[in-house]
Amino acid sequence: MAAVAKNKNPRVIVVGGGLAGLMTTVRVAEKGVHVDLFSFVPVKRSHSVCAQGGINGAINTKGEGDSPANHFDDTVYGGDFLANQPPVNYITEKAPAIINLLDRMGVMFNRTPEGLLDFRRFGGSLFHRTAYAGATTGQQLLYALDEQTRRAESEGTVTKYEFWDFLGIIKDDTGVCKGIVAQDLRSMEIRSFPADAVVVASGGPGVIFGKSTNSVMNTGTAAAEVYQQGAKYANGEFIQVHPTAIPGIDKLRLMSESARGEGGRVWVPRDPAEKRRGEQVPVSERFYFLEEKYPAYGNLVPRDIATREIFDICVNQKLGVFGENQVYLDVTEIDKKLIDIKLGGILEIYEKFVGEDPRVTPMRIFPAVHYSMGGIWVDFAKSDSGSLIEENPRNHQTNITGLYAAGECDYQYHGANRLGANALLSCLATGYLIGPGVVAYAHNLEKPAKDLPSTLFESAQKKEQEYYSQLSKSTGTENSYRLHQELGEIMTANVTVVRENKKLAETDVKLQELTERVKHVSIQDNSSWTNQLVPFTRHLRNMLSLARVITLGALARNESRGAHYKPEFPDRNDPDWLKTTIAEYTPDGPKLTYEPVDTSLIVPRPRNYAD
Amino acid sequence: MAHDKTLTLKVKRQKDASSAPYWEDYIIPYQPNLNIIAALMEIRKEPKTAAGAVTTAPVWEMNCLENVCGSCTMIINGKVQQACTTLVDKLQQPISIAPMTKFPVVKDLIVDRSKMFSNLLKVRAWIPIDGTYDLGAGPRLSEAERQKNYHFSQCMTCGCCLEVCPQVNDHSNFIGASAIGQVRLFNHHPTGTMNKDERLEAISGDDGVTTCGNAQNCVRACPKEIPLTEAIAEMNRDVTVFKFKKFFGG
Repeated sequence: MAAVAKNKNPRVIVVGGGLAGLMTTVRVAEKGVHVDLFSFVPVKRSHSVCAQGGINGAINTKGEGDSPANHFDDTVYGGDFLANQPPVNYITEKAPAIINLLDRMGVMFNRTPEGLLDFRRFGGSLFHRTAYAGATTGQQLLYALDEQTRRAESEGTVTKYEFWDFLGIIKDDTGVCKGIVAQDLRSMEIRSFPADAVVVASGGPGVIFGKSTNSVMNTGTAAAEVYQQGAKYANGEFIQVHPTAIPGIDKLRLMSESARGEGGRVWVPRDPAEKRRGEQVPVSERFYFLEEKYPAYGNLVPRDIATREIFDICVNQKLGVFGENQVYLDVTEIDKKLIDIKLGGILEIYEKFVGEDPRVTPMRIFPAVHYSMGGIWVDFAKSDSGSLIEENPRNHQTNITGLYAAGECDYQYHGANRLGANALLSCLATGYLIGPGVVAYAHNLEKPAKDLPSTLFESAQKKEQEYYSQLSKSTGTENSYRLHQELGEIMTANVTVVRENKKLAETDVKLQELTERVKHVSIQDNSSWTNQLVPFTRHLRNMLSLARVITLGALARNESRGAHYKPEFPDRNDPDWLKTTIAEYTPDGPKLTYEPVDTSLIVPRPRNYAD
Repeated sequence: MAHDKTLTLKVKRQKDASSAPYWEDYIIPYQPNLNIIAALMEIRKEPKTAAGAVTTAPVWEMNCLENVCGSCTMIINGKVQQACTTLVDKLQQPISIAPMTKFPVVKDLIVDRSKMFSNLLKVRAWIPIDGTYDLGAGPRLSEAERQKNYHFSQCMTCGCCLEVCPQVNDHSNFIGASAIGQVRLFNHHPTGTMNKDERLEAISGDDGVTTCGNAQNCVRACPKEIPLTEAIAEMNRDVTVFKFKKFFGG
């Protein structure tokens, strides 16, 4: 057991109520330490609900000889060797226990005839390693943790602040994080909250790209705030574009990789002028381009590869269905009895939004921005066996002492490309890992945050109140939502699947122009009750700051690795670029430096899924 | 592609809980496949009324936009539903958009649904696990039972079932179908069943399952097609048995 605590009754703040935030909350609260949990939405409505396909863990219930070692290797290889290996080793080792824990919490995972957990295949692996609950696995996992958090709330160890926006951390005069400033999105009250440790688990920044598979609140604002306050941001240029989403006016809706895991096939008609509906095109006239090029993995190549192939078929080869940027994702061959049990949730989404039955007519899909492999830089405490030391306060601590990051907003596990069904694992395993580490850190402090001079908290609060007041008085001709649309359009055009240095440089010029223009937005609504325009405008400023990190990181990295693809530099270049990009905020834009990747366990090798 | 066609949206607005509501009309450009969220988003890009007066954009709740988070419940053309899945092409025009009526209005289309989350606390809707440490595999469950439970575990606390329920009104504190469905879910879990009496106790009072008037509106309104009336019928029986046993000290 841990040594006697110096700081007997610490308080921990968790920002974000998705899988990573709630698992952290439950783990900290379980140690008897109070958590103040902040969320932009009621935690049950967090973006984790959108995860569909499943969670990876090598439980090996199919007699395939799968093991955590295989899972570790697939993840590192899938990430094109950019991830530090000990943390990946840790989460893949821990994965079976994490899945069992969530099962004990009541997640309705699909079962085998014997009543055991069922597993399906996912991209970048040849094993059945993905546990799932229909095609709404993220929702089901989140609900289980929402329930455990509510239980902790009933026991008095958790206080929820829902509909609150994170405005920034509070640092003491030695630069240690001692709390946050947040805003109630109903009363618009801005308040300081002291804490002995702060965990930011605020999710991804997909909304920077305008339309993506992300929820509307995924602006990356909290990560951008701490970045601007001195936290390092790592590998920002690595943005995952998911191969299969339904194009839409308001968002691009994810069509889970599990559709392919259960036998769904991707194809286009061989004749680009084909006018018949998908189901009427004879098999001999279909081009199953992934299966032809990648015989072993077929439709289950990793996402970066599937996305580039679909992009190439549509944009370069002009073979898109009905002459548009879309290909078929065909689940019509899957057993009619099983399809609703295994994929019901996503088929329902397609039916509701497109108005066609995907059991009969092949779905039309196109890639969409989905996930950020990059994020806030965090530390790890490596064990002698090449894994992590549990309960060590260094795990997931940012370069700001007392500030932790967890989940999609950190950069730790996925390297240059994330494998499907590893996101839910990394969120949960991280929360599982850091709960006890954060408690150990907080217990070991000489003096609790609440005993610090009140002026520290008052001045941080005042600064944010002044910023808000100034922003809400902004007059001009620009509209925040239109500026956001411009941001999304240029980022999607130039900083996604194919990246060219000339266009990246042009994008950065445009981002600086937008940063100027956002100073001239018209705040037509300055109401002091439930104002949505001023907080969005604040998020927009933050999105622009992170957009520069993403764009300039991509501009600098002259190689192709995982999701980052430059035709000018088509190959991975380990001698020059097997290193982590670190962005640090300066008023003139991000300063980029690099640090080595820990590849101590698996020797980097060329990545090739075609043979 | 430019469309000359336009759409008229009539939105019921209210500055705060104590202000009087009013209707405001907006004209937005038509596009095929527009949903209500995208239509509302159009207003934000240039907030003006149908008459051309400068106004503020209405506020509303939304998040996932794919019918899994439960945020964007509204009354659209008189019917309570998720704004994200409601397609403009299927609606009569002009389109009216109003906040739910069974919850206090916060502002415009936003209502306060915190009561629903308090009810989940009240019915102890969780599995009381011993701890998060590794205790090996969870309990076995047949796939058939799993499928039945999964219906209920998809409840996103959106509020549609309460909105349409005649028993949820100013004179009654009825807990509603959603929370009863959760009692059904946890009482059927191999571990959750060990604490089933606690949950039955929680829905055995005046605001509990016996207050259901069997209008069956909830099951028709549920965007997840959860068999709520089956849960209510079953929990009603279980509460009766529970009370009987309790009375006789069984």
